[in-house]
Amino acid sequence: MSKKLLAGVLGAAALMMGAASAQADEPAKIGFVYVSPIGDAGYTYQHDLGRKAIEEKFGDKIKVSFVESVAEGPDAERVVMNYAKSGYKAVFATSFGYMNPTLKVAKRFPKVAFEHATGYKRAANVNTYQARFYESRYLTGLVAGSMTKSNIIGYVAAFPIPEVVRGINAFTRGIRAVNDKAQVRVIWTNSWFDPGKEREAADTLIGQKADVLTMHADSPATIQAAEDAGIYAIGYNSDFAKFGPNSHLTSSVTNWAPYYVKRVGEILDGSWKGNQDTWEGLSADMVQVAPFHKDVPQDVRDRVEQAKADIIAGKLHPFAGPINDNEGKERVAGGQTMSDGDMLGFNWYVEGVVGKLPN
Amino acid sequence: MIGFEVETLIAILLGVARGATPLVFAAIGELITEKSGVLNLGVEGMMLVGAVSGFITVVVTGSPVLGFFAAMLAGALLSSLFAVLVLFLHTNQVASGLSLTIFGIGLSAFFGLGYIGTPIKGLQAIHIPGLSEIAIIGPLVFGHDIMVYLAFVLVAATAWFLGKSRWGMILRAVGESHHAAHAIGYPVVAIRFAAILFGGAMCGLAGAYISLIYTPMWAENMTAGRGWIALALVVFATWKPGRALIGAYLFGGVTILQLNVQSLGVDVSAHLMNMLPYIATILVLVLISRDETKIRLNAPACLGKPFRADG
Repeated sequence: MSKKLLAGVLGAAALMMGAASAQADEPAKIGFVYVSPIGDAGYTYQHDLGRKAIEEKFGDKIKVSFVESVAEGPDAERVVMNYAKSGYKAVFATSFGYMNPTLKVAKRFPKVAFEHATGYKRAANVNTYQARFYESRYLTGLVAGSMTKSNIIGYVAAFPIPEVVRGINAFTRGIRAVNDKAQVRVIWTNSWFDPGKEREAADTLIGQKADVLTMHADSPATIQAAEDAGIYAIGYNSDFAKFGPNSHLTSSVTNWAPYYVKRVGEILDGSWKGNQDTWEGLSADMVQVAPFHKDVPQDVRDRVEQAKADIIAGKLHPFAGPINDNEGKERVAGGQTMSDGDMLGFNWYVEGVVGKLPN
Repeated sequence: MIGFEVETLIAILLGVARGATPLVFAAIGELITEKSGVLNLGVEGMMLVGAVSGFITVVVTGSPVLGFFAAMLAGALLSSLFAVLVLFLHTNQVASGLSLTIFGIGLSAFFGLGYIGTPIKGLQAIHIPGLSEIAIIGPLVFGHDIMVYLAFVLVAATAWFLGKSRWGMILRAVGESHHAAHAIGYPVVAIRFAAILFGGAMCGLAGAYISLIYTPMWAENMTAGRGWIALALVVFATWKPGRALIGAYLFGGVTILQLNVQSLGVDVSAHLMNMLPYIATILVLVLISRDETKIRLNAPACLGKPFRADG
């Protein structure tokens, strides 16, 4: 009887020690929520590269899952809630439209860390992060303005929200810095990912004699349209060279990896803090310019490198005054620069963009 | 100045033909199915499986012809599931069709997962040396891809089949009164099965047009609702092939037109412009179909009703 008791106690002790050590070694679970498939080769693909970076850096210490093509709205809440309920330490919600669902879930799970991309609402356990795409957009605008011959540049855009408008305006500022005759024409597809509509829009712009295209959407349809028509294109989010070997001049590339590595490191060593906003650009390598097409002449490449160095040094800002809107009114006075707040609420077109912003 | 405008106009018209063609194929397929008395709401699902099958076939074999045949096969196979459900198990046609759509969307996404982001060379427009180069008329008449021309051939063939051929008449009889047709001795179930398969094949073809010619790539749900538009076109065209063609071109036309208006900076809301193709198509087709007697004459009387040989 006592032998059995002893065996029982020892067994229980062993189990508890085993369990305790298992707890200590248990990898931290990190969850990702994607708004489109990884294969979109654009927006989500870049986030996924960041995920791969943290897996490479932290190996066994973390266990990473991701869910693709989660629609913004109730479905997003379900996915984030699932992660939180299943003991995940951190959730990366990678689309603007996940803002309210994420905050809702964050209230119920104060011990879980939430990171929301491209949003603006924070909480004690919710951080937001954004990249200064407008800096790399400006640089690609320098290329577009130099390479256009028809002086008509086409832009296929998703939704008329400030982030997208900021991109259009920065791109146009870059174009006008080297070419004051060029104009930018915009078509709205009202979808982040609809290759059919993007293609239709691109073909329409080509029909209007645009000879350089760019886009703010999640698929490479615009680049393909440019390739088929024999004109140039500038990508966004990713390097799209494989979709347009002859047309792809360069791309404004987003690099989430350093940020993800930093945050996961903080989660693992317990130093993660909420309610923070990160908005970095060229200086933190969060945005990059893809390798140039062979047709881009050396003086343009030099111009871009110089501008990049100037932006990092703080000597150049895409939205430094004087800036007029496209109706001729002065919006930013000479000597002044647009504040972060103004840029976040961008709701007008700079000079060089054709048309009126839909609201 | 004149040269600029004409070239833009030609580009616009070519775009219209590209936008309309998948709608024509899907609408004609569904039209035949409905004429036989079966309502197949699974058009979107069949288009997507056609799109993914065609795409994968082209990636693997490099042949667009094989791709289109694979798409037809895939569409027909999926529709055969629907056929078994509604013809032999007598399930509700509306519910079965809707589930077919959802199933098709998921199935195509599943098989297409490894192919998202794979670039292929889209099927190019034909080029007849000499004819295609005639100013203006050349590209407009001789500069489309082969499927645009096939769509017209299909419409003509369907109109002839329904109106002038014996089997077309039998098809219509089955759709109007399946019990009378059965009493005469026609194989109602077999005819409906064939009509459903044909509809599936045509919808598959329409889907392949989108993934092989229109936007040569694969993306989940890439038909983006065109199946539903084709479905609506059949109804608004009062089941007449010629009107379905007009409806498809009207829809494609207004779509391209509103995109052009948007980018030219005209001061009209982009949201209103995006709604325009749908509103315009419904309006025009309702106008040309407003003779109520004609509608009643043209709608298959047994549309959606299950057929039981004994009852």
